[in-house]
Amino acid sequence: MSASATDPRLAPTRQAPRRKLQLSWSDPRFRNIVWQAIVLAVIAAILWYLVGNTRRNLELRHIATGFGFLESSSGIPIGETVVPYTPGSSTYLRALIEGVLNTLKVAVVGVVLATVLGTIIGVGRLSPNWLLARLTAIYVEVLRDIPVLLQLLFWYVLLQGLPAPRQSIRIGDAVFLSNRGIKIPLLVWEPAHTWALLGFVVAIVLTVLWARRAKRLQDLTGQKPLVWPVALGLLIGLPVLVWAVLGAPFTLDLPALKGFNFQGGGTITPEYGALLTGLVIYTSSYIAEIVRSGIQAVAQGQWEAAQALGLHRGRTLRLVVLPQALRVIIPPMTSQYLNLTKNSSLAVAIGYQDIVSIASTILNQTGQAIEGIAIIMAVYLTISLSISVFMNWYNARIALVGR
Amino acid sequence: MASQTAVLGASAPVREQPPASLVGPWAWARRNLFGSWWSSAVTILLGYLLVRWAWGFFSWAVLHAVWSVPVAANPLETAIPCRQVQGVGACWAVIGDKWRFILFGSYPYNMQWRPALAVLLFIGLYAVSANRKFWRKELLYIWIVTLAVIALLMWGGVLGMDYVAQDQWGGLPITLILATFGLAFAFPLAVVVALGRRSTQLPAVKVLCVGYVELIRGVPLISLLFMASVMFPLFMPEGLNPDKLLRAQVAIILFAGAYLAEVVRGGLQSLPKGQYEAADALGLSYWQKTLKIILPQALRIVIPPLVNTFIGFFKDTSLVLIIGIFDLLTAGKVAMADPVWTGFSTEIYLVLAAIYFAFCYAMSRYSRGLERQFGRARNR
Repeated sequence: MSASATDPRLAPTRQAPRRKLQLSWSDPRFRNIVWQAIVLAVIAAILWYLVGNTRRNLELRHIATGFGFLESSSGIPIGETVVPYTPGSSTYLRALIEGVLNTLKVAVVGVVLATVLGTIIGVGRLSPNWLLARLTAIYVEVLRDIPVLLQLLFWYVLLQGLPAPRQSIRIGDAVFLSNRGIKIPLLVWEPAHTWALLGFVVAIVLTVLWARRAKRLQDLTGQKPLVWPVALGLLIGLPVLVWAVLGAPFTLDLPALKGFNFQGGGTITPEYGALLTGLVIYTSSYIAEIVRSGIQAVAQGQWEAAQALGLHRGRTLRLVVLPQALRVIIPPMTSQYLNLTKNSSLAVAIGYQDIVSIASTILNQTGQAIEGIAIIMAVYLTISLSISVFMNWYNARIALVGR
Repeated sequence: MASQTAVLGASAPVREQPPASLVGPWAWARRNLFGSWWSSAVTILLGYLLVRWAWGFFSWAVLHAVWSVPVAANPLETAIPCRQVQGVGACWAVIGDKWRFILFGSYPYNMQWRPALAVLLFIGLYAVSANRKFWRKELLYIWIVTLAVIALLMWGGVLGMDYVAQDQWGGLPITLILATFGLAFAFPLAVVVALGRRSTQLPAVKVLCVGYVELIRGVPLISLLFMASVMFPLFMPEGLNPDKLLRAQVAIILFAGAYLAEVVRGGLQSLPKGQYEAADALGLSYWQKTLKIILPQALRIVIPPLVNTFIGFFKDTSLVLIIGIFDLLTAGKVAMADPVWTGFSTEIYLVLAAIYFAFCYAMSRYSRGLERQFGRARNR
């Protein structure tokens, strides 16, 4: 105790004497306060001026402010709906919710597909196979340097240029590609399927519990019980068992050509298809670069040390390289996910009815410009914030635990 | 000297040639294309697809393509030779007919040398700015003079050039104007915001800067452009209504400013703390410290990421299509809508993509080169 008291490094650092704030220009604290006051005053004055102008302009144009218009019924026809919506009787609010759901439909599917495709391309760039490495490099280089809007328009023209339903390109007798979109078979949904899905969720929980138990046993005894056969059995066996017990119903709703159009089956509209294809391909080229640089950021010595320990390539990648690469990969990946979500607003250019498209239609119908744009911004800010909160949580979870 | 080499030569063993199986194209192919059965399978599959696709493209774009069409009496029949090969061959005649419109929009035809010269000036400006010999104060004057000359060329009205109203401009010059003026104004804004965000003494300014950056980065550019086109007129006093291009330009500047500010902040953070403390110890004022010590070092570090951000803006300027500004992409889309040439949009999209690609690829190569040079200096 006494030693530490005499050690000058451990003595509390001496604080500079705290002087009283002097009302003189030579006191830096006073200067800072004055400068901040000036900046705030200027900004307040600008805002005051703009708000004044806006109020005068709104009065001149007889536009009522406020969000009351959301309750009135909208006449906007919406092609693709997730929840029931009827133009004419549903409110503007319902139309906006439809828009948000359509945006999420593109963003969520897009993020998943872009991650998968981008990872494949990024690993391909590191392949020892010269042809594969060159082709993936060209893919990345070309797609990154062309505006995403141009790519979207191009895919849209391509999908619209498909033949009419009667001459549609068919894959087997189930999938049809035509200028009305891509027709796919749908499963006729029955209660048994819901129960099977529930069984799948239960299986996930059981697998996680088993994995934890295996980890605990390994910590205690050094012997690790096998996880993957149990997981496989649970994840596949349980839902199949539930489904089989309930009579194993399986009917496909196949699309069929009737007259000039298709009946039955599910549809991927040209708009949704073009938007998804364009966003996924464009974003995957960025993700590929992130994955590549993340893997390259892991020092060569890590591979060699893992090899020296007798791990083979797959385990080296999974246990040594990937956990370290992920730390480099996650932050830029987050901003790519955010970019994809924000780029989905380009849907308005090809007529897919996302939130921007619906809000701008409402804005044109009602003249509520300020409210319309505020809604668009609020929706995107919420989505962006949610993604970054989740990714920050995930990043903190896998981050290196410092001393 | 001579004796030394002689001694060395005498002691050097006769080099054996490596076995023939380790050198030459065959060995290279065995190593890099057929290293394992898995690699061989990938090579064969990719090679097959590549050859098939490349041949298909070659036959469409070159072998069966129509390069020019004779002038027909009825303009609607001009494209008939193209329609006969539609689906089999490309119709490059549409580019031959429309390239002036795609590049310069509806700028008066006989005066299109002016936007053409402006485009060349822009490219010259980029080339000069990219050269490290010119990275000094004079570059600022070069920028101001060049941008002024470009404005003069586009508007005209003096020196015997006719006045051309801004709503007649279009095509590539608009894209370059939006990108370059956007950068020129957004960059100083970004530096100020980045400094504000880093400031410890001025909490109110810091909050403002953080709010600005996070708000702009959280919303898509489209929403800002919509704001510029429908909300901005409401903000202005009666009678004052700036034109559409200027409003879009302001939106792009505000957007670019937030992203560039984050890049600059990265540079400020990467400087060692000792640089700040040393400047303080010398008794420099805040602005002396910032302008003479901090910024010259911080900005130098962030030049490669700045170029990458600039590539992003260059591509993002194409979004003005949605609010109806006549940039390169819009000009291309309008050209496609010409009833004479309907159905040949693929060709036009390919040419547009090639133009954008040329600009962006040049910039990305440049940024990678710089990164390598800087890396070499650091790792000496």
